[in-house]
Amino acid sequence: MTTPLLEVRNLRKSYGALAVTDDVSLDVAPGVLHAIIGPNGAGKTTLIHQLSGSLRSNSGTAHFAGEDITRLGMAERVHRGLARSFQITSILDGFTVLENAAMAVQARSGSSFRFFTPAARETRLNDEAMAALARVRLDDRADRRAGSLSHGEKRQLEIAIALATGARLLLLDEPLAGTGHEESAVLVALMRELKSTHTVVLVEHDMEAVFALADRVSVLVYGRLIATGTPEEVRLDPEVRSAYLGEEEAA
Amino acid sequence: MSTGLSDAAATARQIDIRPVRRPLLGRQGASVAAGVIFAGLGLLPVLAWALDDPFLLVTATRLTIFAIAALSLDLVLGYGAMVSFGHAAFIGLGAYAVAILAANGIEDILLQTLAAILVSAIFALITGAISLRTKGVYFIMITLAFGQMAYFFMVSLSAYGGDDGITLANRSTLFGADVLESDLVLFYGAFGFLVLAFVGLRALVASRFGRVLRGTRDNRLRMQAIGFAPFPYQLTAYVIAGAIAGVAGVFLANQAEFVSPAYMTWQRSGELIVMVVFGGMGTLVGAIAGAIAFLLLEDWLAQFSEHWKLWLGILLVLLVLFTRGGIAGFVSRLSGGARS
Amino acid sequence: MFNLFLLQALNGIQLGILLFLVAAGLTLIFGVMDLINLAHGVLYMVGAYLAATFTAFTGDFFLGLALALPATLAFGIVLEFLIFRRLYDRDHLDQVLATFGLILILNEGVKMIWGAAPMSVPIPDILSGSMPLIGNMRYPFFRVAIIASGLLTALGLYLMVNHTRIGMLLRAGATNGPMVSALGVDIGRLFMIVFGLGAMLAGFAGAMVAPILSVEPGMGDSVLILTFVVIVIGGVGSVRGAFVAAILVGLVDTLGRTFGPILLRSLMDPSAASQTGRTLAPMLIYILMAAVLFFRPSGLFPAKGTVQ
Repeated sequence: MTTPLLEVRNLRKSYGALAVTDDVSLDVAPGVLHAIIGPNGAGKTTLIHQLSGSLRSNSGTAHFAGEDITRLGMAERVHRGLARSFQITSILDGFTVLENAAMAVQARSGSSFRFFTPAARETRLNDEAMAALARVRLDDRADRRAGSLSHGEKRQLEIAIALATGARLLLLDEPLAGTGHEESAVLVALMRELKSTHTVVLVEHDMEAVFALADRVSVLVYGRLIATGTPEEVRLDPEVRSAYLGEEEAA
Repeated sequence: MSTGLSDAAATARQIDIRPVRRPLLGRQGASVAAGVIFAGLGLLPVLAWALDDPFLLVTATRLTIFAIAALSLDLVLGYGAMVSFGHAAFIGLGAYAVAILAANGIEDILLQTLAAILVSAIFALITGAISLRTKGVYFIMITLAFGQMAYFFMVSLSAYGGDDGITLANRSTLFGADVLESDLVLFYGAFGFLVLAFVGLRALVASRFGRVLRGTRDNRLRMQAIGFAPFPYQLTAYVIAGAIAGVAGVFLANQAEFVSPAYMTWQRSGELIVMVVFGGMGTLVGAIAGAIAFLLLEDWLAQFSEHWKLWLGILLVLLVLFTRGGIAGFVSRLSGGARS
Repeated sequence: MFNLFLLQALNGIQLGILLFLVAAGLTLIFGVMDLINLAHGVLYMVGAYLAATFTAFTGDFFLGLALALPATLAFGIVLEFLIFRRLYDRDHLDQVLATFGLILILNEGVKMIWGAAPMSVPIPDILSGSMPLIGNMRYPFFRVAIIASGLLTALGLYLMVNHTRIGMLLRAGATNGPMVSALGVDIGRLFMIVFGLGAMLAGFAGAMVAPILSVEPGMGDSVLILTFVVIVIGGVGSVRGAFVAAILVGLVDTLGRTFGPILLRSLMDPSAASQTGRTLAPMLIYILMAAVLFFRPSGLFPAKGTVQ
């Protein structure tokens, strides 16, 4: 039994009496794509915030590669290999696509307290950034201003930046949000390719994508995980069907 | 020390699309503008000699000194997105370094400048470390309060003039020689430092450090998400800016041959912000242009009316309500469009 | 010694009450509208000038005060309509610059209308003189009146904020502005009310203080800084915080100035004690502020961030 890369136990986040995340436990094995699905308002994004370190949990623990990361903030988790992408696109609009990725590389490439040499000319940073961009098929857009990309391309960039951090585990928060049919097909193909090198925790609404990509699926309803298993197991689970999938006609 | 854990509501607010101030001059445009300004400023002594107007040289020196101060504030405000309302305190600290050392027999400008840099940097380090624990409205108010603290400290030092200030017996010396007694030498000394600071900050802004600073300004959450905690970078920028402003104070003390707490009031800090924003923040050259324009405008308005502050205030309010981007934006629009 | 302490403590409370009147409005403006208003101090000044003018005109302080209050309210509303309304959506920097410009305009404007020389307002006969405190120590009636009226106002504000619908909207707005707007509340009217209220409170403070301080251009500037310190310590958006912080600041500042040097003289020689006392005393409240912020970066009772 391989040690899970990400081990979450009894994670809880409440606002007053409202438990947004209610006693969530899950294991993510290395190399798998673990999807988290659930109806709107289930608390999926809050869970991502907690896992990525931008939101402190009330109780519970999280371990990454055996190390306790419960008390660590976002920047520290990134340095340990756990990075996220955002549901609402959050890139550096005024910088080029290449610089967006290069910054992520810079964060793990020695000190950034260097004051005199122009960072944009550092070939090592740029090469690694280009590699990440190539992986998401954005290398031909490298010199464009990030703000000028199409919506789908920006979603690709989100993933590229997460890749460029050198993380082992990617938390992808609704990467397909707001994308049309063609754009999402590109992103799904990309994620399938990512599985060969990375562990992925994917939060998504798009059931077609989830069932095409996921090795394991967890279902989150009102902050509680009501089922975890293979996609088939989850699809057939009666509780899941009534709570969630039954309402989704388009599959 | 908080490591970026914040509640989800704050996270959501940070993702909001807020109008970000963009430098509107492209890199080439900025270089040209800088060239023009430096040429103009550098040749003012020639003009002063031609017109036989020594006061023009005094004015040129003042413009240069405040250009240095505004430049340093641009690092903090335009590149760091920190609205610091206590920046004038550093100018005052630098000026008092000169006065206090001179009163105690140390008149060498290099030593005085070293002291000014040290004092300003330490003050920036301590107050910056505390201020940067806060953000938004709190940050502005706390920097304002720290500036006031420095002001009151100086006012209380009756040995050095207190509220009335202290007159310097003579200007600082350089390696024992009183070359700075010449207005021309003093001007070119300050001008040289301005050019040095400009070139240095330009490099800094393009460096790894500068990139982190700019990225944090544009999207703090994103920078944290790739592994950059903002605090150390912002604090470093704050300290560097404070030190540079301290050097401006050294020149100011020499130019006026007088030092008083009036150099470090919050109204002065406000004027510095106006200079930077007026000129176009986040462009470096804009800060220099803004300082020059503001001081010239002040002088010009004062000639018209005893109540020139009223007109300045009205102009300021109108400018805020009806423009974006300051002088740099205005010039860029004149020359046919923005480059990003 | 105890008499001196009591006297200065009362003075400290009186200063605190005045700061509270100015700070209460400002903290609501910051909290509900997220608006940095550097010009709040000049509203205090305008209140003082209006009170001085109406008092001189009518020959009666109370009448002057009664006229100054609605006049300041009206003035505040005009400013809100002309300028502040356009600043709500702007970022803090724009607000800082615009209100800074406003300070220049109003300080100079006041000079143009009333001249630069300080005006004085006589203490009304009925409130002149002093009342006995302890032993043969007496305390000026007028200052007692200031404290009393300030406490009454604080009570009124407390009742309004906690027991009326408007107050509820204010508290909600300070906690989450966009949400209140999304709930369909006429946010424009709410902002106008908050601003007007703040202006009136500041004007009231200025009017009350006119007989004991000199009314002159720029008198609002020093009050502004102290008010900021109060708001930062108390927590933005919280009237309760403003009250606690104001009293605290008033006491620390007043007692510090009096007893600081005395305390120091027992530790070091008189001249050093005198210098150190004079240096530290005005800095005390800033040190207090820095200390509070170090442990609580959002102040003592912040309106936002209390949901944990």
